[in-house]
Amino acid sequence: MSVTDHARAPARRPRRLISNPMAKIAALPMIMTALVIFIGCSLWTVVHSFTKSKLLPSTQFVGFDQYERLWGTRRWLASVENIAIYGVVALVFSLVLGFVIAALMDQKVRAEGAFRTIILFPYSLSFIVTGLVWQWILNPDFGVQGIVRGWGWESFTFDPLHNPDTVLAAMLMAGLWQGTGLVAVILLAALRGVDEDIWKASRVDGVPAWKTYIFVVIPILRPAFMTATVLIATGIVKLYDLVVALTNGGPGIASEMPAKYVYDAMFNKQNLGQGFAASTMMLVSVLLILIPWAIFEFGGKKRG
Amino acid sequence: MVDLSQTYTAPRRLAGAEGAKPKRRLSGNRIMIYGILCLISLYYILPLWVMVMTSLKGMPEVRVGNIFAPPVEVTFQPWIKAWAEACTGLNCDGLSRGFWNSVKITVPSVILSIIVASVNGYALVNWKFKGSEIFFGILLFGAFIPYQVMIYPIVIILRELGLMGDVWGLVLVHTIFGMPILTLLFRNYFASLPEELFKAARVDGAGFWGIFFRVLVPMSLPIFTVAMILQVTGIWNDFLFGVIYTKPEAYPMTVQLNNIVNSVQGVKEYNVNMAATLITGLVPLSIYLLSGKLFVRGIAAGAVKG
Amino acid sequence: MKTQIMRRLMAGAAALAMPIAANAADLEVTHWWTSGGEANAVQELAKAFEAKTDHKWVDGAIAGSGNTARPVIISRIIGGDPMAATQLNHGKQAQELIEAGLMLDLTDIAEEGNWAEIIQPKSLLDACTVDGRVYCVPLNIHSIQWMWTSNAAFEKAGIDPVNNWEELKAAAPKLREAGILPLAMGAQGWQEAYLVHNFLSGTSEDLYYAVYRDKDEDTLNSDAVKAVFEELNAARDMYAGGNVQDWNLATAKVINGEAAAQVMGDWAQGEFALAGQKAGEDYNCLIGMGGEPSISTGGDAFYFPLIDNADTTAAQKELAKVLISPESQVAFNLKKGSLPVRGDVDLAAAGPCMQKGLETLAAGKVITGTDQLITPDAVGQIQDLMAEFFGSDMSTEDAHAAFVEIILNDE
Repeated sequence: MSVTDHARAPARRPRRLISNPMAKIAALPMIMTALVIFIGCSLWTVVHSFTKSKLLPSTQFVGFDQYERLWGTRRWLASVENIAIYGVVALVFSLVLGFVIAALMDQKVRAEGAFRTIILFPYSLSFIVTGLVWQWILNPDFGVQGIVRGWGWESFTFDPLHNPDTVLAAMLMAGLWQGTGLVAVILLAALRGVDEDIWKASRVDGVPAWKTYIFVVIPILRPAFMTATVLIATGIVKLYDLVVALTNGGPGIASEMPAKYVYDAMFNKQNLGQGFAASTMMLVSVLLILIPWAIFEFGGKKRG
Repeated sequence: MVDLSQTYTAPRRLAGAEGAKPKRRLSGNRIMIYGILCLISLYYILPLWVMVMTSLKGMPEVRVGNIFAPPVEVTFQPWIKAWAEACTGLNCDGLSRGFWNSVKITVPSVILSIIVASVNGYALVNWKFKGSEIFFGILLFGAFIPYQVMIYPIVIILRELGLMGDVWGLVLVHTIFGMPILTLLFRNYFASLPEELFKAARVDGAGFWGIFFRVLVPMSLPIFTVAMILQVTGIWNDFLFGVIYTKPEAYPMTVQLNNIVNSVQGVKEYNVNMAATLITGLVPLSIYLLSGKLFVRGIAAGAVKG
Repeated sequence: MKTQIMRRLMAGAAALAMPIAANAADLEVTHWWTSGGEANAVQELAKAFEAKTDHKWVDGAIAGSGNTARPVIISRIIGGDPMAATQLNHGKQAQELIEAGLMLDLTDIAEEGNWAEIIQPKSLLDACTVDGRVYCVPLNIHSIQWMWTSNAAFEKAGIDPVNNWEELKAAAPKLREAGILPLAMGAQGWQEAYLVHNFLSGTSEDLYYAVYRDKDEDTLNSDAVKAVFEELNAARDMYAGGNVQDWNLATAKVINGEAAAQVMGDWAQGEFALAGQKAGEDYNCLIGMGGEPSISTGGDAFYFPLIDNADTTAAQKELAKVLISPESQVAFNLKKGSLPVRGDVDLAAAGPCMQKGLETLAAGKVITGTDQLITPDAVGQIQDLMAEFFGSDMSTEDAHAAFVEIILNDE
């Protein structure tokens, strides 16, 4: 194997000459995890999604029955629609808001440490209760609406949690509150690594700061955006605690999410097969996004 | 194989510039920056304010009062109750019961997961072998699998390993689920380190472990801090795995937190709930505060250069 | 009284007779009774167990209803390192675990204790029985066929307290005028689903059984069932503007007179008691929502996973005996606010609402709970349907059609 590598890239990457069995031994935990846990358990899930498993996993196969039911269930359809909307908006907002905060904090502000801690602390708290706090703040009777009305503005209406059209926006408020801090800190750190010469050059050329950010700085930060995107995206796909704590899927089914469908199918309805079918759909969707990205990221360069 | 050196040269050359940032002398501009930052901070602080204020009120005041108003009569009883008196089932000793269990779970889990992930990252960058990128891709895919789906298969694996119900089983589970993101971080960090260091150590005859421990680890403190923060937060706040893969005598603090907060029948003591949440968050929060500088430096060196 | 003394003597004799076999064991007990009243109730069981035997009760409480605890319980049992005893609801939940041979067979002590005679109603023991063998100990009975009304709310609206659902419906406009919510309810599927079950059983037992037990297509499409969905539509209007999720927050609205009524299980009386309210004076409990007074016998049971250790098995069986003993039944159920599973105990200390339940039980007006008639899957789907119905402007026709489909597709 080392020979092949050698032949392919002799000068550029000398470290590949020295293939070491120790490296493979050291990577064994990773290989085992990848194969046994992530591939193995995913396959196990996919296989059992074709069964009639109820409380316990069984191997009574029923073909595509679980999938037929899944795609005929309004709650699942609503979940898919919700995560599509929430996912795109949350991803964009997290990155934009995170970057704006990072850029602002990068202006040599005083008390930067304090700001950093303030935006980061929600990340340390469990959603079991922070969901409740947001529920209070958004509650029409004793939250923001009640307070503003108390000031004399009687017609003020702010009740996003109990309106199917706005409940996702309410969830976004709480979701961004918890997650943006980490994104901002990652991007802030990345900004710190941007060479000062770039700023000097753009000032000499008379380019406005915002143009420099968009056309020069952001492309440099691409790797940091990548890391942030992976973190945000995994959070969105697995979104469960926030939904349960904030809306429990309501009003009606207006804020249901796939991960909650999976959990409820498995443990409330005691229909493992249905839960596995739903999670298989989730895994397939992730693959549909990851594989083209991986080919773009790794595959193209391989040939070159 | 992927040639990372090309990708990484440019940012590395740029890194480390610590010159003066473009000075914004316009005071109007400064005011706007501070204004926006304060507005944003308000959004972050408001829920915290509500939590802290509620945790300092007695129940009668919580029931009738404005959630934003400071307590008329400050009481620390909810904090005392949350820590030492709240009942979870038959045991009325609050969160304190699970605190040491959480420590006993978190410390080995954080250490083991960081060791494994850092070695992964090192092997992925400096000792590439055929298919290593594919395994890394699978790991990334694993980061997206909903935890709930993995519960039963992992039960079966732990049973076969004889680790079911054992704290070490839980440590293993945390190590596995922390691996994707941590490996990503370490991989990107190590790739950003000058390759010459590695080559020089190689010439000196250092082996796989020698280079790792004597060259890489000493200069990677920041990224280890980042990994520690991510893991401490994640593992300290974990409820699902803790409750499934251990037994009552080893339950982490979050089980008590859940029991205090999620009792479905009876009067909800919101003040105690808030205090319990704040207490539980104190450990990760103090890690943020203690390692703030290292954190940013670590992220700067790790996440960014990926 | 006599039985109590007898039991004590017998327990004492057993302990004396087998000092070697009854090695002290630690029994881990999993349950989700974590709130104040519940914890007090389970404390009674633990005290009785530790007083009567040499064994130790190791408490494994996991709050958050069965949904949080169930994955834990099942994982532990599959993982081969189970707890010694665990709470589960009556019904079809544990059947697969039993069939997989993972649960302890209690038939010998059931026969010895003559459970077939003492457990009332008999359906409770049936729910624990698979292929003629007994696998669980029924512990208590909770019923959901209750409507709780606030006298203060009706007084505020200047009308007489209502006696049934029809009257409440008629009073709704006046209550609205007085700024009172006619029907309080937590916006969660399981609470909303109680209305379906209760309207069905409130119409007639026959209709209830035809729907849930017989899954009769003609009945499901009959006007009687459609009428139930019209009632649900009325309930949706009466509850609009409720804005709470937890059932006890809805109960709080009834307690302080902001809402006129709530449909909720008998555990709601604990909330009224905690608020210092008295049945008849401050609030009323209308069994069968004021219609046909029959109650379902849901509730909790204890299961004992099979553990390969003779001492543990012996201790598990002793725990089972303690749970069903008259003293434990009285002490536990008084604290829990539920009904005992045996008819031969004296519950003189029970409140008026509980007495109503006891009378109904004694009169044999008992229906089998939905948990025992349809699968958890169907129960969950009905909950989803109701959450959607109450949280949107879904038409009654669509809701009815979806309901019929869920029942017909249930195995």
